Amino acid sequence: MIRSHPARMAAIAGLVVLSLAAAACSSSSSSGKPGGGGGGKTPLTASAPGITTSTITIGSHQPLTGIAAPGYDEIAPASNAYFQYVNAHGGIYGRKIVYKYLNDQYNPSITSTVVHQLILQDNVYAIFNGLGTPTHLAVAPFINSEKVPDVFVASGCECWNAPSTLPDTFGWQLDYVREGKILGNYIKEHFKGKKVGVFYQDDEFGQDGLKGLTYELPKSQIVSKQNYDPTNTKIGPQIAALKAAGAQIVVSFTVPAFTAIMKLTMLGLKFNPQLVVSDVGSDPITLAGLLASFAKNKTAGFGNSLTQGIITDAYLPSTGQTSNSWIQLFNKIHQQYLSKLPLDGNVLYGLSVGYTFVQAMFKAGRNPTRQDLIDAINGGIPQGVVVAPYAYSSTDHNGITGAYMAVVKNGALVPTGGVLVTDDTPTGAITADSTPQPDAPASGIPSP
Amino acid sequence: MNSSPDQIFIGAANRLAPWVRRTTGRRHVALAVAGAVVLGLASILLDQYRDYQMAEVAASAVAVAGLTVLIGLSGQISIGNGAFMAVGGYVAALLFMHLQWPLIAILVVSTLAAAAVGAIFGVAAARLRGPYLAGATLMLAVALPFFATRFSGLLGGDQGLGFFVTVPGFLGATFSPLRWQAWVNCGAALVAMVLLANLVRSRIGRSWRAVRDDEVAAALAGINVARMQILAFIISAAYAGLGGVLLAVVVGTVSPSLFTLSLSIQLLTAAVLGGLGSLSGAIWGSILLVIVPTYLTNVATSHGLTQATSSSIPILAYGLVLILVMLAFPRGIAGGISRLIGQAPLSDSESPTAPPTSWRRRSPAADRKEKGRT
Amino acid sequence: MVEFLEFTLQGISAGMIYAAIALSLVLIWRGTRVLNYSQGALAMLTSFIALEIEYRTGNYWFAFVGALISGLIIGGAVERLVTRQVINKPPLNAVIVTIGLLIGIEGLAGVFFGGNNRSFPTPFSPVGLSIGSVALGITRNDIFIAGAVLLAAGLLAVVFQYTSIGLRLRATAFNLPVARLLGVRVGGMLTLGWALAGLLGALAGMLVSPSTLLSPNSMDTIFVLGFTAAVIGGLESPGGAVVGGLILGIVLSYAGGYLGSEVVNLFGLAALLLVLMLRPTGLFSSAPARRV
Repeated sequence: MIRSHPARMAAIAGLVVLSLAAAACSSSSSSGKPGGGGGGKTPLTASAPGITTSTITIGSHQPLTGIAAPGYDEIAPASNAYFQYVNAHGGIYGRKIVYKYLNDQYNPSITSTVVHQLILQDNVYAIFNGLGTPTHLAVAPFINSEKVPDVFVASGCECWNAPSTLPDTFGWQLDYVREGKILGNYIKEHFKGKKVGVFYQDDEFGQDGLKGLTYELPKSQIVSKQNYDPTNTKIGPQIAALKAAGAQIVVSFTVPAFTAIMKLTMLGLKFNPQLVVSDVGSDPITLAGLLASFAKNKTAGFGNSLTQGIITDAYLPSTGQTSNSWIQLFNKIHQQYLSKLPLDGNVLYGLSVGYTFVQAMFKAGRNPTRQDLIDAINGGIPQGVVVAPYAYSSTDHNGITGAYMAVVKNGALVPTGGVLVTDDTPTGAITADSTPQPDAPASGIPSP
Repeated sequence: MNSSPDQIFIGAANRLAPWVRRTTGRRHVALAVAGAVVLGLASILLDQYRDYQMAEVAASAVAVAGLTVLIGLSGQISIGNGAFMAVGGYVAALLFMHLQWPLIAILVVSTLAAAAVGAIFGVAAARLRGPYLAGATLMLAVALPFFATRFSGLLGGDQGLGFFVTVPGFLGATFSPLRWQAWVNCGAALVAMVLLANLVRSRIGRSWRAVRDDEVAAALAGINVARMQILAFIISAAYAGLGGVLLAVVVGTVSPSLFTLSLSIQLLTAAVLGGLGSLSGAIWGSILLVIVPTYLTNVATSHGLTQATSSSIPILAYGLVLILVMLAFPRGIAGGISRLIGQAPLSDSESPTAPPTSWRRRSPAADRKEKGRT
Repeated sequence: MVEFLEFTLQGISAGMIYAAIALSLVLIWRGTRVLNYSQGALAMLTSFIALEIEYRTGNYWFAFVGALISGLIIGGAVERLVTRQVINKPPLNAVIVTIGLLIGIEGLAGVFFGGNNRSFPTPFSPVGLSIGSVALGITRNDIFIAGAVLLAAGLLAVVFQYTSIGLRLRATAFNLPVARLLGVRVGGMLTLGWALAGLLGALAGMLVSPSTLLSPNSMDTIFVLGFTAAVIGGLESPGGAVVGGLILGIVLSYAGGYLGSEVVNLFGLAALLLVLMLRPTGLFSSAPARRV
């Protein structure tokens, strides 16, 4: 499904050139500086706060410790690994990226403190990939009031798509409503008439996912909806309720830890439905780690069987696709800069969003102002590492628009179909996207 | 005679300006005016980030002041004042969103709302002491997010509600919103502190201390013990509520993850580290609370410690700081400073850190004897 | 009906964990009048130690014993090195010191073991038992959990009631100056009390970590609920701790199963307030209720 057609590639390349030219024009006119865009020989200047002739400093808030740290604490180091790779291979127009990510412990009050520090004291050029819905919501208005680019928020909330109130904020990952719709569509087609139970995290992630699911599935098919509070790991009663409702399929909008705990609880209850898990909680490598003690348990001897057959969706190439050019690139970077961490879903995420940022920075021009970066993204970002196109335009600040369905086999993700794209409305159709994903550039760095 | 809880400030004021000593109330007001001038100047001279930190400290100091009075003067404890902060913050956000009330009205009404919730809980918990009260208030802080998720239509669920204080027009379009927030918060905090300082010097404050030191004796002296304790709980909830509004001003939103159990525990920590029963201690504790974690994180970051494992080092260091400060200043920072600048030691009955009466099984008299012996 | 049975068994199994934490809190409270807020964090730390032993030896029971021993040692060391320094200070100082310990230990675990969730082994199968075709909703491991907590509570009761060490521990808890006058080495007894509490906490960590996964913060909620259970039972009474844990576990399980996860903590609060309104010092406390 990820093949490249030369003709289409040429068409895309043409579009890219056109949009680049458009961005160059708009940025040079808006910044009023000669050669603000793609001119090759312009000397580098300190064109914006956080940009010197040799560096671009960007900041972020990340849960490096505390309740949300498990797994998510890998994302920023992974992005940083990609930036180090870029820095070692010429940087962005010769500038090196300095990525300053501070720990907010997933607490909005600390998020507010560190983001004020990053913008007011450290003068970062942009806030990149700030993680979490309640945390980032606390700072997005301030970031926008300071006219700082707030790019590629690490959360699938629809709230980042608000060009009128948050003009400088951009989402990135597939939003949870689209994801729910794509999962619901799959169940509608492949498990007609089966009883569906839903297990979801009781916050905007789970609720939006459930909302998307119900856009596609008939109400009568959903027999039970159970939620969990991520601070309480005792989910036995909820799983027992799903079992009592006779659910044959359980759709879960869970983080990986709760996917694992759900699976263990199901073992204890001898409840074995078909699992359909959201992309957030289905990374087979993370799950294998979380279930390792049971996989090797001698009396039970589960091996890979605990994750076998989990159906999920994905918007990035799977780490199991060893022939994929992106995975090969990321394997190389991972080995060189990040070998301490496993190449799991979170690391893949961090590398990919880092790549997207570098794409946007190249597009923003040699001596970009802050507005140049925003204009560059509003002008559209060409599809790179993600499987579906981005939605970015001046009226749409959502990111990725689609995903492919996959199943976990022997501890790896195996795609089961082509890429599906949709919007986040109740009636918006789900259509196959035949645009092939471009190969990774040989240099590993997007071309300007 | 120097027995007011804000000893240090007042002691200094006494020496500097004898003329303000005529009445307590006036003295407190004069101090507050001086404080306002200093803070206003600081806000203009320093950069915007300091404005932000001042607003943060002010928000915390108000909430901690309520708690320090509750524990230090009335002898009760609460590990759940974050819950009352949430009440204040959410009420403020609702009034702001739906009714667009002026800021002053929002501040007053949300404070009263938190006081009302505090009254309900205070009556329910009136018979509880020491760890039992601690347990009940702890669960209050843990249970509260229920309302935000249950009534997500009204309260915004996990995402919460926005609360953006705008700069009034007469200051001009270029006036920094952060500076305005600092002014709002510091102004509200100063007014609140003056009121509280006068209250603890009044007959009510004396009754609290009497109840704290010996409930039976206080009852014999005609003090309605239960009523005084509930009143202290209400005052502490009201101040927590105001602190919650001011925190919402700083952060710009209210959401369940803003008012976690760890916030409540931080309030307790700041109250004890600052020096229980002392309003200046509340300010010291809040400064410590705001500055130290940021400072430690910055030190770690500037040494390149940003990998996931080393990001725990500031957390470890913060824990150690708490322990060390407590060991070095058993009566909190305010107590430590008053000793350093040679202030007369606090008389025993006014001791700001005297224990809640039933926290220990032994009577306060036995406690004192034991202390004298060791 | 099957649902009700499953909810009840789930509740008992969770309640046993709360009971173990509650027991360790009661032990420290009786001895030193300190509420140890770092009890959960200590249990987390010993569980990480156990996991390291398990990685190296591949033997669960080595890890199990290692956790208990390290709990014993760390608990005693904390009393000797830290909390003893504040024993004659205002009582809330000890609370703040244990909060400092809580934060410090979580930081320490983060430094050494990282922030990730770790899979934690069970000694017995986590697969549910069934009679015929009817699944019971409990596992061999759940039975092990209940048995281990009950055994620990029973052993403690026997030690306290029938041994001379128990007598000295009780004397110290009852009246420290008098115990000292009677020739009890009070300091040693306080250390022993904390060490035993550390052991109980370590046990709780071993039992609960498979179902919560292990991370620096994984015991936070468990600690809050264990504390609540101890308060419900009355902080003076080990039996009360077990009963309090069971009540809380079962109430929360029904609430979560029948009404949804968002109400769980609210029901915890309601159960606690209900008990405390009737008995302001918990169900099994010997201290007389205070008159207002």
